[in-house]
Amino acid sequence: MSRPEELQGFSASSGYGRLVRPFTLTGGRTQPVRNVFSLITLITAVEVSDGPDNRSLQPEHHRILRLCPRPIAVAEIAAHLDIPVSVTTIMLSDLLDAGRISARPPIQAYSGQSHKGQSYNGPEIALLQKVRDGLARL
Amino acid sequence: MHASDTAPDAVKILISGGFGVGKTTMVSSISEIAPLRTEETLTEASAGVDDLTGVEKKATTTVALDFGRITLTPDLVLYLFGTPGQQRFWFMWNDLAQGALGGVVMVDTRRLESSFAAIDFFEQRGIPFVVGANSFDGRQFYSAEQIRSALSLGPGIHVTIFDARDRSSCRDILLTLVEHVIATITASA
Repeated sequence: MSRPEELQGFSASSGYGRLVRPFTLTGGRTQPVRNVFSLITLITAVEVSDGPDNRSLQPEHHRILRLCPRPIAVAEIAAHLDIPVSVTTIMLSDLLDAGRISARPPIQAYSGQSHKGQSYNGPEIALLQKVRDGLARL
Repeated sequence: MHASDTAPDAVKILISGGFGVGKTTMVSSISEIAPLRTEETLTEASAGVDDLTGVEKKATTTVALDFGRITLTPDLVLYLFGTPGQQRFWFMWNDLAQGALGGVVMVDTRRLESSFAAIDFFEQRGIPFVVGANSFDGRQFYSAEQIRSALSLGPGIHVTIFDARDRSSCRDILLTLVEHVIATITASA
């Protein structure tokens, strides 16, 4: 799937080393149909029982489906595919519309950008305590 | 959108600070997977309130970040994102901040100024953070109080001296952060 000799020479900041310009994967689209994917939205492939119509899916769509038999974050998918997050979310949007994946968004700790004087809109105490207890066990 | 109720919950903490301060080292120390790298193309449209003076002609920029994962319980996964300190535009990446539990600002006491942008990032967005002074080669010549004073941080901000190469040291600073967030919420409730 990955080609180590390419990956070793790849510097993400340089933008070189990619053979296909990223947005050709998306047919020139730069925005997903539905912008529901954050970096840590967890993606899981949906089992399709009877012969799915795969004609509209590109190889990268299939690579995504192979990456997420179990829940995996959008950022991880983008990293494994070696394509930008924004391109990945467009392809995930396609898969979501086709019913091929499910997406679990993260619990929102903050609603949008903050500014001075905003009320703290933090996560549930119970969630934080769970994070704390989990860290303490490491 | 909770289509998959069997999927765990995901939370994230940002590891921030200037170039070379040890962010990826920290992620590597505590992540259960080898750190992954991903990138995003940012456009001026996503720049929000940030000052783009002098770069008006630059329509897009690409920033990369390294991240890791810690499975805390079978239904709770923590992602650690190291913000890309060598690039000037990572603070435009609003999705990074969106939903973060909090942040660790790593500082190198030999060049504190390289972490100013990270402190501003959290302060401007009202995201709780702690400051961790990375002890390069296990040495730290300044006290937490001296560092707090040099950074003009209020008494409410925790400053901890730690070692990014050491897993338990990294865990402890994350614990300090989460306890700080819990205390902040409890105090305001």
